[in-house]
Amino acid sequence: MATQFQSSTANRRWRWFTNHAATWLAVGSTVLVVAPLVAIFMDLVYKGASSLNWNFFTKLPVPPGESGGGMANAIIGSIVVLALASLMGIPVGIAGGIYLSEFGRGTKLSTVVRFTADILNGVPSIVMGIAIYGLIVAPTKTFSAFAGGVVLGIMMVPTVARTTEEMMLMVPHSIREAALGLGVPNWRSVLSITLRTAMPGVITGCMLAFARVAGETAPLLFTALGNDFWSTSLNQPIEALPLQIYTYALGPYDEWHRLAWAGSLVLIVLIVVSVSLVRYVTTRGVLKGAN
Amino acid sequence: MGVGIEVNGLNAWYGTNHTLQDITLHIPANEATALIGPSGCGKSTFVRCLNRMHETNPIAKVTGEVKIGGQDIYSETSAVEVRRRIGMVFQRPNPFPTMSIYDNVASGLKLNGFRNRRVLDETVERSLKHAALWDEVRDDLKKKSGASLSGGQQQRLCIARALAVDPEVLLMDEPASALDPVSTAKIEDLIFQLKSQYTIVIVTHNMQQAARVAERTGFFLNGKLIEFDSTHKIFTNPSDKRTEDYITGRFG
Repeated sequence: MATQFQSSTANRRWRWFTNHAATWLAVGSTVLVVAPLVAIFMDLVYKGASSLNWNFFTKLPVPPGESGGGMANAIIGSIVVLALASLMGIPVGIAGGIYLSEFGRGTKLSTVVRFTADILNGVPSIVMGIAIYGLIVAPTKTFSAFAGGVVLGIMMVPTVARTTEEMMLMVPHSIREAALGLGVPNWRSVLSITLRTAMPGVITGCMLAFARVAGETAPLLFTALGNDFWSTSLNQPIEALPLQIYTYALGPYDEWHRLAWAGSLVLIVLIVVSVSLVRYVTTRGVLKGAN
Repeated sequence: MGVGIEVNGLNAWYGTNHTLQDITLHIPANEATALIGPSGCGKSTFVRCLNRMHETNPIAKVTGEVKIGGQDIYSETSAVEVRRRIGMVFQRPNPFPTMSIYDNVASGLKLNGFRNRRVLDETVERSLKHAALWDEVRDDLKKKSGASLSGGQQQRLCIARALAVDPEVLLMDEPASALDPVSTAKIEDLIFQLKSQYTIVIVTHNMQQAARVAERTGFFLNGKLIEFDSTHKIFTNPSDKRTEDYITGRFG
């Protein structure tokens, strides 16, 4: 009766083969994706870890030829510029994403905003740097940490806005209806229900944007400029890790090259630590069975 | 206490689709009223017009008069006010996934700015008891997400959430159609108990369910209210041929 559904030996062999081929193709691709990251990190540890010492984190750069210099000002500078960028870029990005998914759906303006965000995402970072140079640095007649924060903040906006939009749209319609059906005003429902439900995805978007701008060098050349001395002032030029790495890697001294490797390692670790920290803090309160 | 609902000449559209045509009926207070009819007949649209949820769809339009407890909900008050007085339970259980069981029940009050802890605690306990869910969840109130419960428990959680804002009317849009028979029986028991305190309007595809829980039944077909009478009359001696055809399973 069931004979017509029984497969021949050849058929079974073919299925065995295709099944294993597909599995190994997937495994192989995974290795290919992970390998460069592991290789870069290993290389950084190998070349950079030996130059990491207490001085690196506490001392200012020293003139070429002397030893014992560090990148303390660049580490602090990076933190200042990135904090400033996040403070400006994340709220604007999230608010824009909320507009796109909840209030502007189907309107002309939302189409324009979405298109602009996608274009902005593709603008070369050096062009962004020049633009902010023209808008802030030239009129104020000084390179500044503020200008650096603004340019990185603007670069965060499109990523944050588009991920926020996508994540909000993934929240089921029934959840919004539940809130509106309780007599909750729409704005409240959007913030306390839809955005909150979409939050894990929104945070991932913010972290992606953060990690991307944390390593930017070109836009900072025109805005934050760099600074060999201590500065946390927002209206003064400020050092940042990518700038310091750039200068040292191109320099003629072996000591500089070693420090550049160490700086790269610190920059990567700084990104990994801040992303993990945000993940840890934001997932701590999640309830059993929440999805 | 529940209040009555008077509907006069209600028409509703989705775009150009005239989904409700000239509906007039009077739903009495503190009774359960069932609305039956084939899919797409307009019964869901009708209950969504009773709490102005219909308007959340941008292409929807409505004309006519709906008076709840004597107040015209379209001209004398706002949509948000109306929905606070009229609770709604949807076809698919829709607890807020990021909230605990406690917060789900308290959400209607909390999201409207109510903060008094003692009153919130009391309201949550009372509402969960009313929804016959208290004994099953009392130990996990703040530990578990509303989404971690079973489908039937989630639906009772949604009923508790609707009851917590102390509505006068409870609208239920096929509340048991996504549930198994045991959970369905629990929901029906619940409707039976709740109707002494609330006016209940229940949309259902299940005619036995209408016969079991409701005093009155309305039959909708193609956007029109064909017949509205006591449940007993509708199921034993309907006046309209189309009603008879539907309840005897000859179409729909």
